[in-house]
Amino acid sequence: MPTRSDRGVERVLLPIAAAVVVLVVWTLAVQISHTNVFPSPGKVVLGIRELMGKGVLWLYVLDSLRRVLSGYLVALVLGIPTGLALGWYPRLASAFNPVIQICRPISPLAWMPLAIVWFGVSEAAPTFLIFLGAFFPTVVATMNGVKSVPSIYIQAGRNFGLSAFAILRTVVFPAALPQVLTGFRLALGIAWLVVVAAEMIAVDSGLGYLIIDSRNAGKRYDLVVAGMLLIGIIGLGLDTLARRLEKLKSVRWGFQAETA
Amino acid sequence: MVVKSALAANAAPEAAKVAIWGVSMTFETDGKPIDVLTMLDLDVREGEFVCVLGPSGCGKSTLLNIVGGFLRPTRGTVLIDGEPVVGPDPRRIFVFQERGVFPWLTVEGNIGFGLASLAAEERARRIAYYVKLVGLSGFEKVYPQELSGGMKQRVEVARALAVNPDVLYLDEPFGALDSITRLIMRGELLRIWEAEKKTILFVTHDIEESVQLADRVVVMSTRPATIRRIVEIDMPHPRDLSSRRYIELRDSIFEEIGLAHKI
Repeated sequence: MPTRSDRGVERVLLPIAAAVVVLVVWTLAVQISHTNVFPSPGKVVLGIRELMGKGVLWLYVLDSLRRVLSGYLVALVLGIPTGLALGWYPRLASAFNPVIQICRPISPLAWMPLAIVWFGVSEAAPTFLIFLGAFFPTVVATMNGVKSVPSIYIQAGRNFGLSAFAILRTVVFPAALPQVLTGFRLALGIAWLVVVAAEMIAVDSGLGYLIIDSRNAGKRYDLVVAGMLLIGIIGLGLDTLARRLEKLKSVRWGFQAETA
Repeated sequence: MVVKSALAANAAPEAAKVAIWGVSMTFETDGKPIDVLTMLDLDVREGEFVCVLGPSGCGKSTLLNIVGGFLRPTRGTVLIDGEPVVGPDPRRIFVFQERGVFPWLTVEGNIGFGLASLAAEERARRIAYYVKLVGLSGFEKVYPQELSGGMKQRVEVARALAVNPDVLYLDEPFGALDSITRLIMRGELLRIWEAEKKTILFVTHDIEESVQLADRVVVMSTRPATIRRIVEIDMPHPRDLSSRRYIELRDSIFEEIGLAHKI
């Protein structure tokens, strides 16, 4: 039987070992294929250093984060009430569901031409695309969360003489919150996914811009891959933060069905 | 004068806390009407503990939902203090199985749920009082997830009592508990009932439970439900569960339902 500390060591050592394997395979593959497009890990590290030296890296990271978070926040601010209303009034949901289901599979990237026409060369264009990416998952998760609130909770709320709005705020919303949070995490992931493409239009900063600019200005594929790697690492960080929310005591009950 | 007193006699249900008058309920399933309750009449006195006893699916929960104002009967009315019930009311609280406890609130938060309109001080005082009454001292800040079934049930009873209702409706409240916890909870409920003097309408399918708790047991038939018999349990609390009277009463209900009490 492995002891507790064995498992702890395993949790750290196994991913490190896997990362080493990936790096070795990557290096060998670059060497054997003699590619001059795909950089070796060492070149990528040098590329990151170069960017840090120029002082642009942090600015790009912060610009990307700012765009994602503002687009995402607007999606939450508009998406949560929309989802609550659709979940609460079944008629509203059956009326608007087809429209939502049609809009949902349209990639935010398809909106690019329109975004440029509407917002021109400005911060608003990429933020709008990120908003679109996060909006629909937020609406759908909130709506489904509200729909699946057990009627017994709503009945209890009515019994205590609460108004419909008070029931929505003090019963339905907290009861739906675990499921809604899962949707928020999904939406944040999509928002970050969209940032790369969104920053290929209208702006001249950010990690998405870094990638397209490195390719256009001198085919610097080491910087392209550096940008990709940073996007991956920051994406993981955002997801880890979002997962933290699920540990809050007032929602934790909704996430422990398997372990309880 | 004579006419007046005759009227008063007819209006006798007004004296009852809860008066159920000719209540019938028909549900529509796949276009076919299904009679669930037919012409039920029942009076419950102020402070009385009445058990509605019947087999699963006989419509006793439907009856409780009608009395609680969550369902409208197809025919008939329910009067409480002489006024027709038109919807749920915080003066009469429904207690479900422990599933009704809000998992996103602590024990305190649950018990204080119906007290939002009170000043913080009064609210805290009442929460403290009912935490103690149901024996949950020390668990104020704990979330329901970390509580046992019996403790969750206590939280729900305390949440109902905290708004100081005159009537409690209990729908098979101890159905999900193990048999030992169930016995303890029955004792607790009786203790609380004696301390708080509430009128209680308690739905159960457990014959023993009804005889242990109630002043009167209303024995229901299978669907469409009618009242077969009302059994007066003329035993003071605490009741001796091996006394002859207890066994007589229990067995008469077994017979009424048509069950031989042998296995």
